[in-house]
Amino acid sequence: MTRISPARIALYVISALVLVYLILPVLIIAPISFSSARFLTFPPPSFSLRWYQQYFANPAWMQATRVTLTVALLTVVIATPLGVAAAYAISQSKLRIMRVIHMALLLPLVVPIIITAVGIFFVYAKVGLVATLPGLVLANVMLGLPYVVISVLAGMQSFDPAQEMVARSLGMNRPRSFFAVTLPQIKSSVIAGGIFAFISAMDETIVALFISGGQYQPLTKRMFTALRDEIDPTIAAISTLMTAASFMLVLLASTRQRRTGEGGR
Amino acid sequence: MLALVSPALLVILLLIVLPVGWLAWQSIYHDGFTLENYRRVFTEDIYWRSFALTFEISLAVTMIALLLGYPVAYLANSVPKGWSILILSLVVLPFWTSVLVRAYAWLALLQRTGVINQFLRYLDVISEPLALVHNTFGTVVATVHILLPFMVLPLYATMQKIPGDLMQAGASLGASPSLTFCRVFLPLSLPGVLAGCTMVFVLCLGFYITPELLGGGRTVMVSMLVSRNVELYNQFGAASAVAVVLLLSVFLIFFAVSRFISLDRVLGQK
Repeated sequence: MTRISPARIALYVISALVLVYLILPVLIIAPISFSSARFLTFPPPSFSLRWYQQYFANPAWMQATRVTLTVALLTVVIATPLGVAAAYAISQSKLRIMRVIHMALLLPLVVPIIITAVGIFFVYAKVGLVATLPGLVLANVMLGLPYVVISVLAGMQSFDPAQEMVARSLGMNRPRSFFAVTLPQIKSSVIAGGIFAFISAMDETIVALFISGGQYQPLTKRMFTALRDEIDPTIAAISTLMTAASFMLVLLASTRQRRTGEGGR
Repeated sequence: MLALVSPALLVILLLIVLPVGWLAWQSIYHDGFTLENYRRVFTEDIYWRSFALTFEISLAVTMIALLLGYPVAYLANSVPKGWSILILSLVVLPFWTSVLVRAYAWLALLQRTGVINQFLRYLDVISEPLALVHNTFGTVVATVHILLPFMVLPLYATMQKIPGDLMQAGASLGASPSLTFCRVFLPLSLPGVLAGCTMVFVLCLGFYITPELLGGGRTVMVSMLVSRNVELYNQFGAASAVAVVLLLSVFLIFFAVSRFISLDRVLGQK
Protein backbone atom coordinates (compact mmCIF):
# COMPACT_ATOMS: atom_id res chain seq x y z
CA MET A 1 0.00 0.00 0.00
CA THR A 2 1.31 3.40 -0.90
CA ARG A 3 1.18 6.21 1.59
CA ILE A 4 -0.18 9.48 0.25
CA SER A 5 2.76 11.86 0.29
CA PRO A 6 2.54 15.34 1.85
CA ALA A 7 3.18 16.79 -1.61
CA ARG A 8 0.12 14.97 -2.88
CA ILE A 9 -2.01 16.30 -0.03
CA ALA A 10 -0.79 19.82 -0.72
CA LEU A 11 -1.72 19.34 -4.37
CA TYR A 12 -5.27 18.31 -3.44
CA VAL A 13 -5.73 21.20 -1.01
CA ILE A 14 -4.36 23.86 -3.36
CA SER A 15 -6.39 22.57 -6.29
CA ALA A 16 -9.57 22.42 -4.21
CA LEU A 17 -9.06 26.04 -3.10
CA VAL A 18 -8.45 27.17 -6.66
CA LEU A 19 -11.60 25.41 -7.83
CA VAL A 20 -13.62 27.07 -5.05
CA TYR A 21 -12.20 30.41 -6.17
CA LEU A 22 -13.32 29.65 -9.73
CA ILE A 23 -16.80 28.43 -8.88
CA LEU A 24 -17.88 30.50 -5.88
CA PRO A 25 -18.47 33.80 -7.74
CA VAL A 26 -20.56 31.99 -10.33
CA LEU A 27 -22.70 30.40 -7.64
CA ILE A 28 -23.08 33.43 -5.37
CA ILE A 29 -25.24 35.38 -7.79
CA ALA A 30 -28.28 33.11 -7.69
CA PRO A 31 -28.88 33.45 -3.91
CA ILE A 32 -28.48 37.23 -4.15
CA SER A 33 -31.02 37.35 -6.97
CA PHE A 34 -33.62 35.56 -4.83
CA SER A 35 -32.94 37.71 -1.78
CA SER A 36 -35.34 40.34 -0.50
CA ALA A 37 -32.62 42.74 0.60
CA ARG A 38 -32.06 46.02 -1.17
CA PHE A 39 -28.33 45.78 -0.64
CA LEU A 40 -26.01 42.90 -1.19
CA THR A 41 -26.21 40.86 1.96
CA PHE A 42 -25.27 37.31 2.51
CA PRO A 43 -26.89 35.12 3.63
CA PRO A 44 -30.10 36.67 2.27
CA PRO A 45 -32.61 37.69 4.98
CA SER A 46 -35.57 36.18 3.16
CA PHE A 47 -36.59 34.74 -0.16
CA SER A 48 -38.14 37.02 -2.76
CA LEU A 49 -38.80 37.31 -6.47
CA ARG A 50 -38.91 41.08 -6.46
CA TRP A 51 -35.74 41.56 -8.53
CA TYR A 52 -37.10 39.25 -11.20
CA GLN A 53 -40.37 41.19 -11.15
CA GLN A 54 -38.44 44.44 -11.52
CA TYR A 55 -36.61 43.03 -14.48
CA PHE A 56 -39.69 41.74 -16.29
CA ALA A 57 -41.75 44.84 -15.48
CA ASN A 58 -39.14 47.32 -16.70
CA PRO A 59 -39.66 48.35 -20.36
CA ALA A 60 -36.03 49.45 -20.75
CA TRP A 61 -34.68 46.05 -19.59
CA MET A 62 -37.22 44.26 -21.79
CA GLN A 63 -36.31 46.32 -24.84
CA ALA A 64 -32.62 45.62 -24.18
CA THR A 65 -33.38 41.90 -23.88
CA ARG A 66 -35.21 41.95 -27.20
CA VAL A 67 -32.27 43.70 -28.83
CA THR A 68 -29.81 41.17 -27.40
CA LEU A 69 -31.82 38.18 -28.55
CA THR A 70 -32.44 39.66 -32.01
CA VAL A 71 -28.78 40.52 -32.49
CA ALA A 72 -27.60 37.10 -31.25
CA LEU A 73 -30.05 35.24 -33.49
CA LEU A 74 -29.23 37.29 -36.60
CA THR A 75 -25.53 36.89 -35.83
CA VAL A 76 -25.89 33.11 -35.86
CA VAL A 77 -27.96 33.13 -39.04
CA ILE A 78 -25.33 35.18 -40.88
CA ALA A 79 -22.07 34.05 -39.27
CA THR A 80 -22.74 30.30 -39.46
CA PRO A 81 -23.02 29.94 -43.27
CA LEU A 82 -20.14 32.37 -43.81
CA GLY A 83 -17.96 30.52 -41.32
CA VAL A 84 -18.85 27.07 -42.66
CA ALA A 85 -18.09 28.12 -46.23
CA ALA A 86 -14.78 29.61 -45.14
CA ALA A 87 -13.77 26.62 -43.01
CA TYR A 88 -14.68 24.24 -45.85
CA ALA A 89 -12.58 26.22 -48.30
CA ILE A 90 -9.64 26.42 -45.88
CA SER A 91 -9.66 22.69 -45.21
CA GLN A 92 -10.08 21.62 -48.86
CA SER A 93 -7.94 24.10 -50.72
CA LYS A 94 -4.22 23.71 -51.15
CA LEU A 95 -3.66 27.34 -52.08
CA ARG A 96 -0.94 28.86 -49.94
CA ILE A 97 -2.88 32.05 -49.42
CA MET A 98 -5.45 30.05 -47.44
CA ARG A 99 -3.07 29.97 -44.48
CA VAL A 100 -2.97 33.73 -44.46
CA ILE A 101 -6.76 33.90 -44.83
CA HIS A 102 -7.14 31.42 -41.98
CA MET A 103 -5.03 33.65 -39.75
CA ALA A 104 -7.00 36.72 -40.87
CA LEU A 105 -10.27 35.05 -39.84
CA LEU A 106 -8.87 34.55 -36.34
CA LEU A 107 -7.93 38.24 -36.00
CA PRO A 108 -10.99 39.09 -33.87
CA LEU A 109 -9.58 36.80 -31.17
CA VAL A 110 -6.14 38.40 -31.29
CA VAL A 111 -6.80 42.13 -31.58
CA PRO A 112 -7.65 43.59 -28.14
CA ILE A 113 -11.38 44.14 -28.18
CA ILE A 114 -11.13 47.77 -27.08
CA ILE A 115 -9.13 48.55 -30.23
CA THR A 116 -11.66 46.76 -32.42
CA ALA A 117 -14.45 48.67 -30.70
CA VAL A 118 -12.93 52.11 -31.18
CA GLY A 119 -11.95 51.30 -34.78
CA ILE A 120 -15.47 50.16 -35.65
CA PHE A 121 -16.86 53.25 -33.95
CA PHE A 122 -14.79 55.53 -36.20
CA VAL A 123 -15.78 53.66 -39.37
CA TYR A 124 -19.45 53.45 -38.37
CA ALA A 125 -19.52 57.15 -37.57
CA LYS A 126 -18.45 57.87 -41.15
CA VAL A 127 -21.09 55.64 -42.76
CA GLY A 128 -23.94 56.29 -40.33
CA LEU A 129 -24.11 52.85 -38.72
CA VAL A 130 -23.74 54.00 -35.11
CA ALA A 131 -26.80 53.19 -32.97
CA THR A 132 -28.36 50.98 -35.65
CA LEU A 133 -29.39 47.34 -35.53
CA PRO A 134 -27.55 46.34 -38.75
CA GLY A 135 -24.38 47.92 -37.39
CA LEU A 136 -24.62 45.93 -34.18
CA VAL A 137 -25.35 42.68 -36.01
CA LEU A 138 -22.47 43.14 -38.47
CA ALA A 139 -19.97 43.75 -35.69
CA ASN A 140 -21.15 40.64 -33.87
CA VAL A 141 -20.96 38.56 -37.06
CA MET A 142 -17.31 39.56 -37.35
CA LEU A 143 -16.65 38.71 -33.70
CA GLY A 144 -18.50 35.38 -33.96
CA LEU A 145 -16.84 34.16 -37.17
CA PRO A 146 -13.70 32.73 -35.51
CA TYR A 147 -15.79 30.46 -33.28
CA VAL A 148 -17.64 28.98 -36.26
CA VAL A 149 -14.44 28.61 -38.27
CA ILE A 150 -12.55 26.92 -35.41
CA SER A 151 -15.41 24.56 -34.59
CA VAL A 152 -16.08 23.55 -38.21
CA LEU A 153 -12.38 23.13 -39.00
CA ALA A 154 -12.15 20.75 -36.03
CA GLY A 155 -15.11 18.84 -37.44
CA MET A 156 -13.60 18.70 -40.92
CA GLN A 157 -10.49 17.05 -39.49
CA SER A 158 -12.40 13.88 -38.72
CA PHE A 159 -14.16 13.90 -42.09
CA ASP A 160 -12.70 11.94 -44.99
CA PRO A 161 -12.80 14.17 -48.10
CA ALA A 162 -12.58 11.08 -50.29
CA GLN A 163 -16.27 10.52 -49.59
CA GLU A 164 -17.15 13.74 -51.32
CA MET A 165 -14.92 12.73 -54.25
CA VAL A 166 -16.90 9.52 -54.53
CA ALA A 167 -20.17 11.42 -54.59
CA ARG A 168 -18.85 13.68 -57.30
CA SER A 169 -17.51 10.81 -59.36
CA LEU A 170 -21.02 9.38 -59.23
CA GLY A 171 -22.31 12.52 -60.88
CA MET A 172 -23.19 14.96 -58.12
CA ASN A 173 -21.95 18.48 -58.57
CA ARG A 174 -19.89 20.12 -55.87
CA PRO A 175 -22.64 21.94 -53.94
CA ARG A 176 -24.92 18.91 -54.02
CA SER A 177 -22.24 16.56 -52.82
CA PHE A 178 -21.43 19.01 -50.03
CA PHE A 179 -25.02 19.17 -48.80
CA ALA A 180 -25.69 15.44 -49.26
CA VAL A 181 -22.43 13.96 -47.99
CA THR A 182 -20.25 16.43 -46.10
CA LEU A 183 -22.69 18.65 -44.22
CA PRO A 184 -24.58 15.82 -42.48
CA GLN A 185 -21.29 14.50 -41.14
CA ILE A 186 -20.01 17.81 -39.80
CA LYS A 187 -23.47 18.92 -38.67
CA SER A 188 -22.61 18.78 -34.98
CA SER A 189 -19.59 21.06 -35.31
CA VAL A 190 -21.66 23.47 -37.35
CA ILE A 191 -24.34 23.60 -34.65
CA ALA A 192 -21.72 23.92 -31.92
CA GLY A 193 -20.03 26.75 -33.83
CA GLY A 194 -23.38 28.50 -34.21
CA ILE A 195 -24.09 28.18 -30.49
CA PHE A 196 -20.69 29.65 -29.60
CA ALA A 197 -21.37 32.55 -31.98
CA PHE A 198 -24.72 33.05 -30.23
CA ILE A 199 -23.13 33.12 -26.77
CA SER A 200 -20.41 35.45 -28.01
CA ALA A 201 -23.04 37.86 -29.35
CA MET A 202 -25.12 37.58 -26.18
CA ASP A 203 -22.13 38.44 -23.97
CA GLU A 204 -20.48 41.05 -26.15
CA THR A 205 -20.18 44.30 -24.23
CA ILE A 206 -17.29 46.51 -25.25
CA VAL A 207 -18.11 47.00 -28.92
CA ALA A 208 -21.74 47.64 -27.96
CA LEU A 209 -20.60 50.32 -25.49
CA PHE A 210 -19.17 52.30 -28.38
CA ILE A 211 -21.49 51.65 -31.29
CA SER A 212 -24.93 51.06 -29.82
CA GLY A 213 -27.35 53.66 -28.64
CA GLY A 214 -30.94 54.82 -28.56
CA GLN A 215 -33.41 51.97 -28.68
CA TYR A 216 -30.81 49.53 -29.98
CA GLN A 217 -28.83 48.97 -26.81
CA PRO A 218 -28.20 45.37 -25.83
CA LEU A 219 -28.64 44.06 -22.31
CA THR A 220 -24.89 44.06 -21.64
CA LYS A 221 -24.57 47.76 -22.34
CA ARG A 222 -27.37 48.63 -19.91
CA MET A 223 -25.90 46.23 -17.34
CA PHE A 224 -22.49 47.84 -17.64
CA THR A 225 -23.90 51.31 -17.12
CA ALA A 226 -26.00 50.11 -14.19
CA LEU A 227 -22.98 48.45 -12.58
CA ARG A 228 -20.87 51.55 -12.98
CA ASP A 229 -23.43 53.96 -11.57
CA GLU A 230 -25.17 52.12 -8.75
CA ILE A 231 -25.47 48.48 -7.92
CA ASP A 232 -29.00 47.27 -8.28
CA PRO A 233 -29.87 43.66 -7.40
CA THR A 234 -32.00 43.53 -10.57
CA ILE A 235 -28.64 42.80 -12.18
CA ALA A 236 -28.34 39.67 -10.04
CA ALA A 237 -31.64 38.43 -11.49
CA ILE A 238 -30.54 39.22 -15.05
CA SER A 239 -27.12 37.66 -14.40
CA THR A 240 -28.70 34.48 -13.07
CA LEU A 241 -30.92 34.20 -16.14
CA MET A 242 -28.00 34.89 -18.49
CA THR A 243 -25.79 32.37 -16.75
CA ALA A 244 -28.51 29.72 -16.87
CA ALA A 245 -29.06 30.43 -20.57
CA SER A 246 -25.42 30.20 -21.54
CA PHE A 247 -24.86 27.03 -19.48
CA MET A 248 -27.77 25.35 -21.22
CA LEU A 249 -26.42 26.39 -24.60
CA VAL A 250 -22.93 25.17 -23.78
CA LEU A 251 -24.34 21.86 -22.57
CA LEU A 252 -26.26 21.58 -25.84
CA ALA A 253 -23.15 22.38 -27.87
CA SER A 254 -20.95 19.91 -26.02
CA THR A 255 -23.42 17.02 -26.18
CA ARG A 256 -23.73 17.78 -29.89
CA GLN A 257 -20.00 17.52 -30.30
CA ARG A 258 -19.66 14.43 -28.19
CA ARG A 259 -22.41 12.50 -29.97
CA THR A 260 -20.40 12.19 -33.15
CA GLY A 261 -17.07 12.08 -31.40
CA GLU A 262 -15.92 15.23 -33.10
CA GLY A 263 -13.02 16.71 -31.21
CA GLY A 264 -12.12 20.20 -30.24
CA ARG A 265 -14.15 23.00 -28.91
CA MET B 1 -12.57 27.88 -53.14
CA LEU B 2 -11.64 31.55 -52.92
CA ALA B 3 -15.26 32.37 -53.71
CA LEU B 4 -16.36 30.35 -50.69
CA VAL B 5 -14.01 32.06 -48.28
CA SER B 6 -14.49 35.58 -49.62
CA PRO B 7 -17.74 36.54 -47.84
CA ALA B 8 -16.20 35.77 -44.45
CA LEU B 9 -12.97 37.47 -45.47
CA LEU B 10 -14.92 40.53 -46.60
CA VAL B 11 -16.57 40.82 -43.18
CA ILE B 12 -13.17 40.58 -41.51
CA LEU B 13 -11.61 43.11 -43.87
CA LEU B 14 -14.44 45.62 -43.50
CA LEU B 15 -14.99 45.26 -39.78
CA ILE B 16 -11.59 44.71 -38.29
CA VAL B 17 -8.79 45.31 -40.81
CA LEU B 18 -10.26 48.54 -42.15
CA PRO B 19 -11.21 49.96 -38.71
CA VAL B 20 -7.79 49.18 -37.24
CA GLY B 21 -6.11 50.58 -40.35
CA TRP B 22 -8.22 53.71 -40.00
CA LEU B 23 -7.12 54.02 -36.43
CA ALA B 24 -3.46 53.72 -37.39
CA TRP B 25 -3.93 56.33 -40.10
CA GLN B 26 -5.70 58.69 -37.74
CA SER B 27 -2.86 58.40 -35.26
CA ILE B 28 -0.38 59.89 -37.72
CA TYR B 29 -2.56 62.07 -39.93
CA HIS B 30 -4.53 65.12 -38.93
CA ASP B 31 -4.43 67.92 -41.49
CA GLY B 32 -1.04 66.61 -42.51
CA PHE B 33 1.30 64.00 -41.11
CA THR B 34 2.24 64.33 -37.49
CA LEU B 35 3.97 62.32 -34.82
CA GLU B 36 2.59 64.57 -32.11
CA ASN B 37 0.25 61.86 -30.82
CA TYR B 38 3.10 59.40 -30.37
CA ARG B 39 5.27 62.06 -28.80
CA ARG B 40 2.57 62.55 -26.20
CA VAL B 41 2.16 58.83 -25.60
CA PHE B 42 5.86 58.39 -25.01
CA THR B 43 6.56 61.53 -23.03
CA GLU B 44 3.49 62.47 -21.02
CA ASP B 45 3.39 61.07 -17.56
CA ILE B 46 -0.20 59.84 -17.54
CA TYR B 47 0.38 57.66 -20.61
CA TRP B 48 3.62 56.23 -19.33
CA ARG B 49 2.14 55.42 -15.97
CA SER B 50 -0.85 53.72 -17.54
CA PHE B 51 1.32 51.56 -19.81
CA ALA B 52 3.62 50.69 -16.92
CA LEU B 53 0.66 49.81 -14.69
CA THR B 54 -0.94 47.70 -17.42
CA PHE B 55 2.26 45.71 -17.94
CA GLU B 56 2.73 45.28 -14.20
CA ILE B 57 -0.83 44.09 -13.68
CA SER B 58 -0.60 41.75 -16.68
CA LEU B 59 2.64 40.30 -15.38
CA ALA B 60 1.23 39.82 -11.89
CA VAL B 61 -1.97 38.27 -13.23
CA THR B 62 0.04 35.91 -15.45
CA MET B 63 2.28 34.79 -12.59
CA ILE B 64 -0.64 34.26 -10.21
CA ALA B 65 -2.62 32.41 -12.87
CA LEU B 66 0.39 30.15 -13.49
CA LEU B 67 0.85 29.43 -9.79
CA LEU B 68 -2.85 28.66 -9.35
CA GLY B 69 -3.36 26.94 -12.69
CA TYR B 70 -0.39 24.58 -12.73
CA PRO B 71 -1.46 22.45 -9.73
CA VAL B 72 -5.01 22.19 -11.05
CA ALA B 73 -3.84 21.12 -14.51
CA TYR B 74 -1.39 18.69 -12.92
CA LEU B 75 -4.08 17.18 -10.72
CA ALA B 76 -6.54 16.89 -13.63
CA ASN B 77 -3.83 15.07 -15.55
CA SER B 78 -2.97 12.62 -12.77
CA VAL B 79 -6.42 11.43 -11.67
CA PRO B 80 -8.79 8.90 -13.33
CA LYS B 81 -10.73 10.14 -16.35
CA GLY B 82 -14.01 10.79 -14.57
CA TRP B 83 -12.33 13.04 -12.03
CA SER B 84 -10.36 14.91 -14.64
CA ILE B 85 -13.57 15.60 -16.60
CA LEU B 86 -15.11 16.97 -13.41
CA ILE B 87 -12.12 19.18 -12.66
CA LEU B 88 -11.97 20.53 -16.22
CA SER B 89 -15.73 21.18 -16.21
CA LEU B 90 -15.34 23.24 -13.06
CA VAL B 91 -12.53 25.15 -14.76
CA VAL B 92 -14.50 25.98 -17.90
CA LEU B 93 -17.80 26.63 -16.13
CA PRO B 94 -16.94 30.24 -15.24
CA PHE B 95 -15.46 30.58 -18.73
CA TRP B 96 -19.02 30.48 -20.06
CA THR B 97 -20.33 33.02 -17.61
CA SER B 98 -20.50 36.56 -18.90
CA VAL B 99 -17.60 38.78 -17.83
CA LEU B 100 -20.14 41.34 -16.62
CA VAL B 101 -21.86 38.78 -14.45
CA ARG B 102 -18.54 37.88 -12.88
CA ALA B 103 -17.67 41.54 -12.30
CA TYR B 104 -20.99 41.84 -10.47
CA ALA B 105 -20.25 38.74 -8.43
CA TRP B 106 -16.85 40.08 -7.38
CA LEU B 107 -18.41 43.38 -6.37
CA ALA B 108 -20.91 41.45 -4.27
CA LEU B 109 -18.10 39.47 -2.66
CA LEU B 110 -15.46 42.13 -2.15
CA GLN B 111 -17.15 45.44 -1.46
CA ARG B 112 -17.22 47.04 1.99
CA THR B 113 -20.60 45.58 2.81
CA GLY B 114 -19.82 42.50 0.73
CA VAL B 115 -19.93 38.84 1.64
CA ILE B 116 -16.26 38.50 2.59
CA ASN B 117 -16.13 41.62 4.76
CA GLN B 118 -19.36 40.67 6.51
CA PHE B 119 -18.07 37.18 7.14
CA LEU B 120 -14.73 38.38 8.52
CA ARG B 121 -16.47 40.88 10.81
CA TYR B 122 -18.86 38.18 11.99
CA LEU B 123 -15.83 36.09 12.92
CA ASP B 124 -14.32 39.15 14.64
CA VAL B 125 -11.17 38.85 12.57
CA ILE B 126 -11.49 42.50 11.56
CA SER B 127 -13.30 45.45 13.08
CA GLU B 128 -13.23 47.72 10.04
CA PRO B 129 -14.15 46.50 6.56
CA LEU B 130 -11.14 45.90 4.33
CA ALA B 131 -10.78 47.81 1.07
CA LEU B 132 -10.86 44.79 -1.21
CA VAL B 133 -12.34 46.38 -4.30
CA HIS B 134 -12.29 49.65 -6.26
CA ASN B 135 -8.53 49.33 -6.30
CA THR B 136 -5.82 47.33 -8.03
CA PHE B 137 -6.34 44.38 -5.70
CA GLY B 138 -9.96 43.92 -6.77
CA THR B 139 -8.97 44.24 -10.41
CA VAL B 140 -6.29 41.56 -10.10
CA VAL B 141 -8.54 39.12 -8.19
CA ALA B 142 -11.31 39.36 -10.79
CA THR B 143 -8.94 39.36 -13.76
CA VAL B 144 -7.16 36.21 -12.60
CA HIS B 145 -10.58 34.62 -12.17
CA ILE B 146 -11.51 35.40 -15.75
CA LEU B 147 -8.19 34.39 -17.29
CA LEU B 148 -7.39 31.26 -15.27
CA PRO B 149 -9.14 28.88 -17.73
CA PHE B 150 -6.86 30.22 -20.50
CA MET B 151 -3.93 29.04 -18.38
CA VAL B 152 -5.27 25.68 -17.25
CA LEU B 153 -6.45 24.42 -20.64
CA PRO B 154 -3.15 24.69 -22.57
CA LEU B 155 -1.27 23.37 -19.51
CA TYR B 156 -3.56 20.35 -19.34
CA ALA B 157 -3.32 19.75 -23.10
CA THR B 158 0.48 19.75 -22.92
CA MET B 159 0.69 17.60 -19.79
CA GLN B 160 -1.57 15.01 -21.35
CA LYS B 161 0.94 14.45 -24.11
CA ILE B 162 3.78 13.72 -21.69
CA PRO B 163 4.18 9.94 -21.69
CA GLY B 164 3.72 8.40 -18.24
CA ASP B 165 6.53 5.94 -19.01
CA LEU B 166 9.06 8.73 -18.67
CA MET B 167 8.09 9.31 -15.06
CA GLN B 168 8.22 5.60 -14.34
CA ALA B 169 11.62 5.42 -16.00
CA GLY B 170 12.81 8.22 -13.76
CA ALA B 171 11.49 6.45 -10.70
CA SER B 172 12.98 3.09 -11.71
CA LEU B 173 16.37 4.75 -12.04
CA GLY B 174 16.10 5.78 -8.41
CA ALA B 175 14.92 9.38 -8.63
CA SER B 176 12.54 10.62 -5.99
CA PRO B 177 9.11 11.78 -7.18
CA SER B 178 10.06 15.42 -6.70
CA LEU B 179 13.29 14.96 -8.62
CA THR B 180 11.46 13.22 -11.49
CA PHE B 181 8.99 16.08 -11.50
CA CYS B 182 11.69 18.74 -11.62
CA ARG B 183 13.95 17.03 -14.13
CA VAL B 184 11.43 15.31 -16.41
CA PHE B 185 7.86 16.53 -16.07
CA LEU B 186 8.40 20.24 -15.53
CA PRO B 187 10.69 20.80 -18.55
CA LEU B 188 8.32 18.83 -20.79
CA SER B 189 5.38 20.95 -19.67
CA LEU B 190 7.13 24.23 -20.52
CA PRO B 191 5.52 24.63 -23.97
CA GLY B 192 2.14 24.60 -22.22
CA VAL B 193 3.41 27.12 -19.67
CA LEU B 194 4.53 29.41 -22.47
CA ALA B 195 1.25 29.02 -24.38
CA GLY B 196 -0.86 29.69 -21.28
CA CYS B 197 1.25 32.63 -20.11
CA THR B 198 1.16 34.24 -23.55
CA MET B 199 -2.60 34.00 -23.82
CA VAL B 200 -3.21 35.29 -20.29
CA PHE B 201 -0.69 38.13 -20.61
CA VAL B 202 -1.95 39.30 -23.99
CA LEU B 203 -5.61 39.12 -23.03
CA CYS B 204 -4.88 40.98 -19.81
CA LEU B 205 -3.11 43.80 -21.69
CA GLY B 206 -6.39 44.63 -23.41
CA PHE B 207 -8.72 44.20 -20.42
CA TYR B 208 -11.35 46.84 -20.06
CA ILE B 209 -14.52 45.83 -18.23
CA THR B 210 -12.89 44.46 -15.10
CA PRO B 211 -10.56 47.39 -14.35
CA GLU B 212 -13.33 49.83 -15.24
CA LEU B 213 -15.83 48.27 -12.83
CA LEU B 214 -13.53 46.98 -10.09
CA GLY B 215 -10.62 49.41 -10.30
CA GLY B 216 -12.54 52.32 -8.84
CA GLY B 217 -11.19 54.84 -11.32
CA ARG B 218 -7.69 54.64 -9.92
CA THR B 219 -6.46 51.61 -11.82
CA VAL B 220 -6.28 53.20 -15.27
CA MET B 221 -5.26 50.49 -17.69
CA VAL B 222 -4.36 51.23 -21.30
CA SER B 223 -7.75 50.21 -22.64
CA MET B 224 -9.41 52.73 -20.32
CA LEU B 225 -7.02 55.35 -21.61
CA VAL B 226 -8.25 54.61 -25.12
CA SER B 227 -11.91 54.80 -24.20
CA ARG B 228 -11.55 57.95 -22.08
CA ASN B 229 -9.72 59.73 -24.85
CA VAL B 230 -12.61 58.91 -27.16
CA GLU B 231 -15.60 59.32 -24.88
CA LEU B 232 -14.60 62.08 -22.49
CA TYR B 233 -12.02 64.16 -24.25
CA ASN B 234 -12.73 63.60 -27.95
CA GLN B 235 -8.99 63.10 -28.42
CA PHE B 236 -9.24 60.73 -31.34
CA GLY B 237 -5.63 61.09 -32.39
CA ALA B 238 -4.31 60.33 -28.92
CA ALA B 239 -6.72 57.41 -28.50
CA SER B 240 -5.57 56.00 -31.83
CA ALA B 241 -1.90 56.31 -30.97
CA VAL B 242 -2.42 54.53 -27.65
CA ALA B 243 -4.38 51.81 -29.45
CA VAL B 244 -1.65 51.36 -32.04
CA VAL B 245 1.06 51.05 -29.39
CA LEU B 246 -1.06 48.48 -27.52
CA LEU B 247 -1.73 46.51 -30.70
CA LEU B 248 1.94 46.53 -31.69
CA SER B 249 2.88 45.27 -28.21
CA VAL B 250 0.42 42.39 -28.61
CA PHE B 251 1.68 41.48 -32.09
CA LEU B 252 5.28 41.73 -30.94
CA ILE B 253 4.60 39.30 -28.10
CA PHE B 254 2.87 36.85 -30.43
CA PHE B 255 5.75 37.16 -32.90
CA ALA B 256 8.36 36.55 -30.21
CA VAL B 257 6.47 33.56 -28.85
CA SER B 258 5.94 32.08 -32.32
CA ARG B 259 9.69 31.57 -32.55
CA PHE B 260 9.45 29.02 -29.73
CA ILE B 261 6.07 27.37 -30.14
CA SER B 262 3.45 27.21 -32.86
CA LEU B 263 0.84 29.95 -32.58
CA ASP B 264 -1.87 27.36 -33.19
CA ARG B 265 -0.95 26.02 -29.81
CA VAL B 266 -1.58 29.40 -28.20
CA LEU B 267 -4.76 30.25 -30.06
CA GLY B 268 -6.14 26.75 -30.45
CA GLN B 269 -7.56 26.68 -26.98
CA LYS B 270 -10.54 28.89 -27.42
